[in-house]
Amino acid sequence: MNSIINTDQIFKLLSEIPDPEIPVINIIELGILRDVKMEDGLCTVVITPTYSGCPAMKVIEDDIRIRLKEIGIENVKVELVYSPAWTTDWISDVAKEKLRAYGIAPPERTSIDKGVLMGKERHLKCPQCGSENVSMISQFGSTACKALYRCNDCKEPFDYFKCI
Amino acid sequence: MNLQEAKFQYLLRLGDSNLIIGHRLSEWCGAGPILEEDIALINIALDFVGNATALLTYAAEVEGKGRTEDDLAFLRGEREFRNLLMTEQPNGDYAATIARQFLYDVYTFYLYEALKSSKDETIAALAVKSHKEITYHLRHTTEWMYRLGNGTEESHERMQTALNDLWMFTNEFFDMDEVDALLIKEGVAADLEKIRTQWETRVKEVIAEATLQIPTTNFKQKGSREGKHSEHLGFLLAEMQSVHRSFPGAQW
Repeated sequence: MNSIINTDQIFKLLSEIPDPEIPVINIIELGILRDVKMEDGLCTVVITPTYSGCPAMKVIEDDIRIRLKEIGIENVKVELVYSPAWTTDWISDVAKEKLRAYGIAPPERTSIDKGVLMGKERHLKCPQCGSENVSMISQFGSTACKALYRCNDCKEPFDYFKCI
Repeated sequence: MNLQEAKFQYLLRLGDSNLIIGHRLSEWCGAGPILEEDIALINIALDFVGNATALLTYAAEVEGKGRTEDDLAFLRGEREFRNLLMTEQPNGDYAATIARQFLYDVYTFYLYEALKSSKDETIAALAVKSHKEITYHLRHTTEWMYRLGNGTEESHERMQTALNDLWMFTNEFFDMDEVDALLIKEGVAADLEKIRTQWETRVKEVIAEATLQIPTTNFKQKGSREGKHSEHLGFLLAEMQSVHRSFPGAQW
């Protein structure tokens, strides 16, 4: 059975795996799944963490094994790589729109903020009402990849996906 | 000492320091002064523990004796740990935690910046990754240095006391021995004398901006390179390792 399954099909299958903490986007859209290789019956799946300590990585690895097992691939190696380092630039525009619709302000285009150390405010929009009149509550939010903001117009608090 | 032994020692120094300070920060879980700070410190702790996991995984691989990152974290005794003395100091009040973190964040900010160009590919890759995270850590602690230093009389006083108490552990950041000498020659490690200059400049700027004083103590504490720690590490390990020692190899 394995021989007739190619890597494109595996990519397609794995694209059904949602990020455990942000279930509206999948691990390909998020840029976590880097590569899939089939060699001598061994399926190698290469993933990279968003943040060093991202607790979702273990769950994602388990999900990958479960999905592959369902189609009869049991000889699986999940490889964790750190280079090139994950960046928010890898999140596609489609995925960013999904984040916004889900209530998370997506990261801006530029990767690491040059002004980040100077405490410079970013220009971002409230995902609920679109207002730019927002303020940061905390640099660190509900998960390692997010900061906590509030909208000064509609008064809703919201998560912002930090640029790295 | 050969290159492999030196690299193993170097990775333990980096990995252990991040593991221990990460564990210390995790002790604030559920006990932070405000909810946002509770969340911030735990996020930062997670970054450190995650980075330590990667560094210790690589250390075990370099050592080549079949140990894993868990063996290194949970089955070594106090004298085998190579973390900087600063990282094991107790949390104290919030000023003590922030001061410890700020002094260490400035250090790791420049250290990992330098390690991005290490000739060891794994160390360089991990440094690139970590440096992005450290940039956020340093911004957070710098803001709190200003807030506490320029806050009330009491917050100012407490922050100055914290700096005075911790200052004797800062010199050890820049201690170099044969491990560093060999690895600097091979282009693997960072020259800590250069980091010292950058560290001093940044720390002085922030301390001045926060209307605090650079401590005048000349007393310098060291020992972690040889596994000689303060009395606090043993208690920390007893807690951190208790589950693994009670239920060896337990998984969930």
